[in-house]
Amino acid sequence: MNRKDLLGLRDVSREEITEILDTAERFRSVSERRIKKVPTLRGRTVVTFFMENSTRTRLSFDLAAKRLSADTLGFSASSSATKKGETLMDTARNIDAMKPDAIIIRHSAAGSPHMLAKAFPWSVLNAGDGINEHPSQALLDMLTMRDHLGSLEGKTIAIVGDVYHSRVARSNIYGLTTMGAKVVVAGPGTMCPPSMAHLGVEVRHTIDEVVADADVIMMLRIQRERLQPGMMSTVNEYSHFYGLDLERLKLARPDVLVMHPGPINRGVEMTPDVADSEQSVILEQVTNGVAVRMALLYLLLGGEQTGGEEDAS
Amino acid sequence: MVRTTGMNGVEVGRTIDRLAHEIIEQLGVPTDYSLVGIVTGGRPIAERLADRIEESTGVRPKTGTVDITLYRDDLYTGLEKPVLGETRLPFELTGQDIVLVDDVLFTGRTVRAALDVIMDYGRPRSVKLAVLVDRGHRELPISADFAGRFLQTLKTDKVEVHLSEEKSNDDRVTLIPTDGEDK
Repeated sequence: MNRKDLLGLRDVSREEITEILDTAERFRSVSERRIKKVPTLRGRTVVTFFMENSTRTRLSFDLAAKRLSADTLGFSASSSATKKGETLMDTARNIDAMKPDAIIIRHSAAGSPHMLAKAFPWSVLNAGDGINEHPSQALLDMLTMRDHLGSLEGKTIAIVGDVYHSRVARSNIYGLTTMGAKVVVAGPGTMCPPSMAHLGVEVRHTIDEVVADADVIMMLRIQRERLQPGMMSTVNEYSHFYGLDLERLKLARPDVLVMHPGPINRGVEMTPDVADSEQSVILEQVTNGVAVRMALLYLLLGGEQTGGEEDAS
Repeated sequence: MVRTTGMNGVEVGRTIDRLAHEIIEQLGVPTDYSLVGIVTGGRPIAERLADRIEESTGVRPKTGTVDITLYRDDLYTGLEKPVLGETRLPFELTGQDIVLVDDVLFTGRTVRAALDVIMDYGRPRSVKLAVLVDRGHRELPISADFAGRFLQTLKTDKVEVHLSEEKSNDDRVTLIPTDGEDK
């Protein structure tokens, strides 16, 4: 892989995705050792710049960078000067003045990572931009699927919920279709409009239609922060029609994988007994997240082409 | 300068036999030492040494592998990003003697990195180094405890080790001179 940034999976090839997932598999062992750290990115500085709330993604990137021996520093919405009215570009120029090597950015405005990637020499990793993309999440989802299914080619992945407003879903759709999987989405018309079909997915409007044939059921979080009035009547009604409970899970194949990007609204997208069921791989997703992010940092920051000596034993 | 040539299959086989016997002579029956091959060249040699040691002593030493990619000192010096290999050390290192195995000993930088990997996994009682070929030109204070063959080389020469999986006589060590820099 030879790129400076990872902004989304839309333009990432099958070969690159395979390289990232293969590399991530190797990195898993680092987290199982006595000393959970390798010196690969020693002396490099990685900035986590989160203008929206996050627990998992920020901690996961932070830990990944630390396990590669990079120095990390974090900005977040509540602590940074953007609260005082500084623009994104001004904040980025100030970060730039501190000579970072990579920035991991989450922002509510779609396209903000792309803007920084164009303007600055350091690597930009998109950790979620508005409703656009969240590539590292999709990659960890694909690694988890690959662990259980062997290959993604020809597999059927059902994505249920607010697909339209979900950057996790969008990145998964790009990545999974590139890898040859079939993606079926289901949700109310306001969250799964028929126009989603142009992304190469099948659109359904009841959950029962998609559960039966799926190798993987990915439940999305109802994002209250992005919901506009009229998108659904009540949470209870949504849960009744689109929530995954044990009854509906019985319609699925016995070895189906149940996934959720977190944080779960227990009782809304899925009942607690489904979240904790044998089919649930939600915590494996979190473990794989660290490995995938180590792989991304390694592939984007390790081994630059600057001309030099040849291999020496 | 007269340069030694490489080795053919018979010579490689004899050299591995001799290395195995030297290891037994120094460390005895492999009850508390293990062979760790450096990915990729050292791995098949470690396995062959284990075969020979088992034939002579009746006990097969434990074997493992170390991949040094993440510990290299030249990751940012213009090499293609190396593909990660597998570090597999499925035994307790602390208190054990470890024989680190590689095909060619050259600058010593690979061995330095491999030592760092091992130290992150445990604290062995000792680490010894066994190599099939020592071609000189060290850049670090590192030497082999068990060396198969010394090859006179120029720093710019290449040494290629080919070991076939099926133990046929296809094994060989080839010295590929680079022209123009002979003194």
